[in-house]
Amino acid sequence: MKLSGAEILVRCLKEQGTDVLFGYPGGCVLDIYDAIYRDGTLKHVLTAHEQGAAHAADGYARATGKTGVCLATSGPGATNLVTGIATAYMDSVPLVAITGNVTVSNLGRDSFQEVDIAGVTMPITKHNYIVKDIRKLAPTIREAFSIANAGRKGPVLIDIPKNIQTEACEYEPEPAARRAPRAVERAAVEQAAEALRRAKRPLIVAGGGCIGAEAAENLHKLADILNAPVSSTLMGLGAFPASDARFLGMIGMHGSDASAKAFRRADTVVVCGMRFSDRVTGDRAKFREGKTIIQFDIDAAEIDKNVRADIAVMADVNETLKALLPLLEKTERPDWLKEVAAYKEYEAANTDKALPAARILQALRAFTDADTPVATDVGQHQMWTAQYYPFEKPRTLITSGGLGTMGFGMGAAIGACAGTGRKTVLVTGDGSFHMNMNELCTAVTHRLPLVILLMNNNCLGMVRQWQTLFYGKRYSQTTLNRQTDYLKLADAFGAKGLLLADPADAPKVLAEAFAAEGPVLVDCRIGIDDKVLPMIAPGKSFDDIITKLD
Amino acid sequence: MKKYTITALVANKSGVLTRVSGLFARRGFNIESLCVCTTEDEALSRMTIVLAGDEYTLDQMTKQLDKLIDVKKIAAAPEDASVYRELLLVKVKAPAEKRSEIIEIKDVYKAKIVDLSPETLILEITGEPNKLDGFIGVIEPYGILEMARTGVTALSRGASCLNDRKDYNELI
Repeated sequence: MKLSGAEILVRCLKEQGTDVLFGYPGGCVLDIYDAIYRDGTLKHVLTAHEQGAAHAADGYARATGKTGVCLATSGPGATNLVTGIATAYMDSVPLVAITGNVTVSNLGRDSFQEVDIAGVTMPITKHNYIVKDIRKLAPTIREAFSIANAGRKGPVLIDIPKNIQTEACEYEPEPAARRAPRAVERAAVEQAAEALRRAKRPLIVAGGGCIGAEAAENLHKLADILNAPVSSTLMGLGAFPASDARFLGMIGMHGSDASAKAFRRADTVVVCGMRFSDRVTGDRAKFREGKTIIQFDIDAAEIDKNVRADIAVMADVNETLKALLPLLEKTERPDWLKEVAAYKEYEAANTDKALPAARILQALRAFTDADTPVATDVGQHQMWTAQYYPFEKPRTLITSGGLGTMGFGMGAAIGACAGTGRKTVLVTGDGSFHMNMNELCTAVTHRLPLVILLMNNNCLGMVRQWQTLFYGKRYSQTTLNRQTDYLKLADAFGAKGLLLADPADAPKVLAEAFAAEGPVLVDCRIGIDDKVLPMIAPGKSFDDIITKLD
Repeated sequence: MKKYTITALVANKSGVLTRVSGLFARRGFNIESLCVCTTEDEALSRMTIVLAGDEYTLDQMTKQLDKLIDVKKIAAAPEDASVYRELLLVKVKAPAEKRSEIIEIKDVYKAKIVDLSPETLILEITGEPNKLDGFIGVIEPYGILEMARTGVTALSRGASCLNDRKDYNELI
């Protein structure tokens, strides 16, 4: 059957299982919006700004495991997606970004709202396309979804000039391609098994790859069979249940003291889907000293990139674990588990229990369940959420790790909420919230059950913390002194606003927030000098962990 | 810094060169030379890239390039297992009294005269980069007006072909 390019796009999106897209109309996507209107079955979330749409598609993908789709017009519409695409790229999130562009005959002439978005996004996409031939439109869209989900996942952009949207072409429906992971190289897995059999004090580190590859179940089996403690990167949180006695919390710059101590003592470290970010390793050379490092990663370029691995298996981490588990025998390690349990106990006994954010986040547990998506922005509140909120299941923490995008949270929470249909929590800060708070209108319009906990310390807390520790308390441009009245702001947007002035009132205020139907903004007052601890200063090693400040 | 040679078969379409060179710039790797040409398959171009760095750079660069969708096959082309060739055109001052000397040098190096004017000659020489360097050293005292080197192009020795290799995107 002959269809227009815009209609083909809508059909192809449905072929791929897209049920909701996030976008913003404009001159060069009018035909696509017209096709969406006439089709009438694709849910569309109109955001306030294209950046919000990109983050929403990203949040949708992280929370559901499906491919997120965002749509924007040419020029500024397209460039507004850039931060969102880069965020997804750094955290390996499958995303398809669709942009309109001027007609092919007007390309390259600096036409109105023309930008070379394929050129702009080349370094932040797995691949991108400019479709200049209507016959290639359907195959390109199908390939884009396939690339976004193959191996290490990531964003793909398709730029569709306006004339391609209106030209007609024969369309044949096709089912979405299912990609089966390839077989794992047996020799490498056997080497890993051999090293693990020799290990006395093994430690497992779970990265975001465990979530991307749906490997949580086999990760758990690995911990069972090895009787090994498990640490997690920020991106790996949720891959291993926080309630498990062997879970040591996050590892790295703001990781737990227990993780740091266990890491120092471990003789063999199994790294599952983790890319040795500087935020995890600190001093790269010291990181591997006196240890056998076993790395499982689907991305060949991640092997030996930042830290040299003694044994590496380049394959889907879930497939690797499936191949590895039968080669291992259950090993009891009462001494090692007792040792790490003591580290955990020591840390629990020595943590500042008065920290307001920690009290609020601990109170939050009573109102959420293991499936509640919890999105964050970037900064102190993000690290506190990672430290104090117990993530039990994959895809429940929605956070920008690699790029560290302030302003990610509002869009991401909307996407996670729209994708899962669940009550969703956003933990944000007053700095991050001001970046994309315009999306509050989107949450209100769609009556999304969103509880926003705004950690309000009247400053850019994480930067202030660095200024306190490393810049002689010269608080350059980090004290906000804004006069924003969050309660009135929420009211003006049509949301509910609540004040949480004293963390002691958290249970009461949160009960009210969770009882409300639409979006609720809770202004949580916390201290300007509250710190995120522990901390390992950049480039330092696990020996230099700071757990207390004078 | 050592020099390493990489050969790649890439999709023959616009933008591929930008993807490849952009990757070098972004990752902070240095390209010494980049030679792109057509192949027996019109859908593919062949790239020969010489980079300056160490084993780490070579490993990273090969793996990062392999991930690009438009890079179909890629491998390091080590010196002992490859044939390297480069072409040089050099315009040299050649007044009548020096001309016979230059022609003698040309014969030693098996170069060719491809253009002649009352005051100048253009010489063409093909060979391994070292041979070209040597030739330039000898010809330089006569006065080089301008020169063009194509950069190295390479093929692996023996029966093995780049096309026999597996693409990273087939392994995942």
